[in-house]
Amino acid sequence: MAKLPLEGVRVIDLTVVWAGPFATALLGDLGAEVIRVESLQRWDTNNRMMTPAVADIVKHTPDADPAAPQWEVSGNHGSVNRSKKSVTMDLTRPEGREVFYRLVRESDIFVENNGPEVVQHLGVDYDTLRQHNPKLIMISMAGFGAYGPYHRFRAYGANMEAIVGHALLRGYADRDPTSNSNVFFADACGGATGAFALLAALHYRNRTGKGQFIDMSQAENVAHTFSQAFMDYSMNGRVQGTRGNRDFSRAPQGVFPCLGEDRWLTISVGTDDEFHGLCHVMGRPDLAVDERFADALSRYRNHDAIDAEIAAWSVSQEHYDAFHALQAAGVPCSPVLDVSEVATDPQLWARGMFQKLTHPYLGTHHYLKPSISNMSETPLQYWRHAATLGEHNEYVYKELLGYSDEEYRWFVENGHAGTKFLNARSGSETPQRVLQQQQQQQQQQQ
Amino acid sequence: VNGEEENTSPLAGVRVIDLTHHIAGPNATKLLADYGADVIKIERPDGGDPARRMAPFLRDEPHIEKSGLFLHLNTNKRSVTLDLKTNGGRALLLDLVRDADILVESFAPRVMPSLGLSYETVREVNTRIVMTSLSNFGQSGPYRDYKMTELTLYALGGTMHSTGTPDREPVKLALTVEQFFAGMITATATMGAYLGAQAHGAGQHVDLSLFEMIAGNQDRAVQAHTVFQYAGTIAQRAGGGGGRNVLPSGVYPVADGYVQFFALQPIWDRFCRMIDREDLIEEEYFTRPDHFSGNATVKAEVDAILYEWLLPRTKREVMEKAQSAGYFCGAINSMEDVFNDPHLAAREFFAEVDHPVAGTLRYPGPPFKMTESPWRAGRAPLLGEHTLEVLGELGYSAGDVTRLREQGVL
Repeated sequence: MAKLPLEGVRVIDLTVVWAGPFATALLGDLGAEVIRVESLQRWDTNNRMMTPAVADIVKHTPDADPAAPQWEVSGNHGSVNRSKKSVTMDLTRPEGREVFYRLVRESDIFVENNGPEVVQHLGVDYDTLRQHNPKLIMISMAGFGAYGPYHRFRAYGANMEAIVGHALLRGYADRDPTSNSNVFFADACGGATGAFALLAALHYRNRTGKGQFIDMSQAENVAHTFSQAFMDYSMNGRVQGTRGNRDFSRAPQGVFPCLGEDRWLTISVGTDDEFHGLCHVMGRPDLAVDERFADALSRYRNHDAIDAEIAAWSVSQEHYDAFHALQAAGVPCSPVLDVSEVATDPQLWARGMFQKLTHPYLGTHHYLKPSISNMSETPLQYWRHAATLGEHNEYVYKELLGYSDEEYRWFVENGHAGTKFLNARSGSETPQRVLQQQQQQQQQQQ
Repeated sequence: VNGEEENTSPLAGVRVIDLTHHIAGPNATKLLADYGADVIKIERPDGGDPARRMAPFLRDEPHIEKSGLFLHLNTNKRSVTLDLKTNGGRALLLDLVRDADILVESFAPRVMPSLGLSYETVREVNTRIVMTSLSNFGQSGPYRDYKMTELTLYALGGTMHSTGTPDREPVKLALTVEQFFAGMITATATMGAYLGAQAHGAGQHVDLSLFEMIAGNQDRAVQAHTVFQYAGTIAQRAGGGGGRNVLPSGVYPVADGYVQFFALQPIWDRFCRMIDREDLIEEEYFTRPDHFSGNATVKAEVDAILYEWLLPRTKREVMEKAQSAGYFCGAINSMEDVFNDPHLAAREFFAEVDHPVAGTLRYPGPPFKMTESPWRAGRAPLLGEHTLEVLGELGYSAGDVTRLREQGVL
């Protein structure tokens, strides 16, 4: 096979939660060597989250290990830390920091999205690191960027999106925002654009030899995605609100109940032809000639009436069957899939989007391949399962950084290089652990 | 754009032929153009990119040069009108492809081959080009020719099902945000393949599917898929309020609107400091694990204390106080608030750009700032504004252009 696009590029990953790890995952998909740095002193439950109980995994997965440590079975870690290597060092001590500086000298890119001023406190800020490697490219993917009145704000995606307008533009049109469930769309966007920023900087360095620092505000990045509302205010001073599942230029558009528990179909009709296709599949030629639904504007004005007609039909339909029948008639629509249906969807299987992988603790599963996989010369995939904690300590310390066996032993004995979190026992008993489990149960109620 | 800026832009010298339209594709080439690539946008002579006819419009007047969506998505691009269905149009496009680094297209999968512009043809003309095809479901598979809109796209990805409240239907996110996200992924995939082509000497065809991008996206989707693989569990719609933990993790009303809290860690101490109740930090009634982590009665008691503190305060006061205590909080802002936000102003996020028809407007500014290589503020092109210029660069004479125009190619 041809060489992967980013073969030979080394990335240090000191990221947390979702957005940062997604950026480095995309670089890893493209063939960069991504080395994820963690410390044994700090079990990052913000990243190693969405963690089913090991007992439930074993029940579901014949070859899973019942003795798997809880920190190795996070669904977030298992997906977004795909294809990365894992090394441990304690950056709060000078010896650990020295290991990190050595790693910086051997690397091209450093990615972080920690809380405000964490890299400064750890001595791994850009001004320090550029002394060790002037060609280094570093990105800080902060919620609100590296300067400005909110630069010390603590925010997850949901908080950032509130501040730049998303929360008021989504959710049910007939309810207030307190009925909005939490979403973290900013994380997805932050990771995607963060990876792009690094590729742009790599190209610049290829041309000029210069590294640089990238100041990313995830809030500003996601603000681009509310374009219509942003530009409407910019041009007309109009403040838009949510339209729920409806659309100004497409009617009828909505989500309709189907056969089975919690099964739904979306329909999004934009033209008269599409509307006639819908009426035909519903077996309701009368609606196609009904004055109330004669054109897009009248359908928009009589949206509730047409919705009632569609729902009366859809409620006795299987969502996948209705999807195929309507699409065959040229009507944009889809089933609302839950993850179990995504996992068996014929289109994704036909496209080879599932990859069977065996993890030493988790056993064998079909992972959804990276969405950028389909490249003709260098098809991409999970190059390996998410690394176990410290799995690549010997490779990084000895092979890459040249520490002797004796020196490496010192790092093992002094709580830098290891494969277990040192706070794991207490971690399993604190409110933090209980809270985490509770949140997982809420997110994953059977 | 002055010469110096041209040279220091990160993607200066990268030439992109842009056959995309609507939202996702143009957002990908917008990122390339705003960071310095020369993006030549090919538009059909009869009206151009359909996004030119999509709302909002300046003063609500529908006009192909006054769509806010189009103006935002097509900054820094050059517009060339070309009828690809004519032999002359196709030949001209292949002339453009010969000197290009990247070709991005977002037609339905059957269109490019039917125009005689399949990847095989493109590669014959230029072996090192990266060609990205962005489509609803990809270039293959049983759904290949199915239609898609923002709503139907989000529904397929696996997370809309768990977005909303349990007593209602699933609900989408705002506007067309998933298509913007798809544009970001498309830009990343394209740049990745381009760097590979630069390093290893061979281009390739990148086949991207919107469905796959949303199913694999990092806003809960890919993680939820993985959790399902591990343990067979499926996320449900949780509604507002952020579940049962005593720590507020959802939307709460305040004097002039709402705020969004979120807590993943046991930051009870920060919560108590936020509401000026340090006396509760060590209060065992709240901190004992069975109460702290999901006792409905205790949560109601904590909420009651919180509401009393929230209701006389504005969203800005609550946000500032929460942040000073280290609690994760954002004011729920309207676009009016966003345009008056002091932080965005201090970071000069609003780019003022002049346009010959739409006038001077404020646009969203750089999504990231690079110390060595600047983002470009620029404007969208008028339909066909650069046809003559680009053909001139290809060596076409004024006579050639007149002839092509008479033939209906331009």
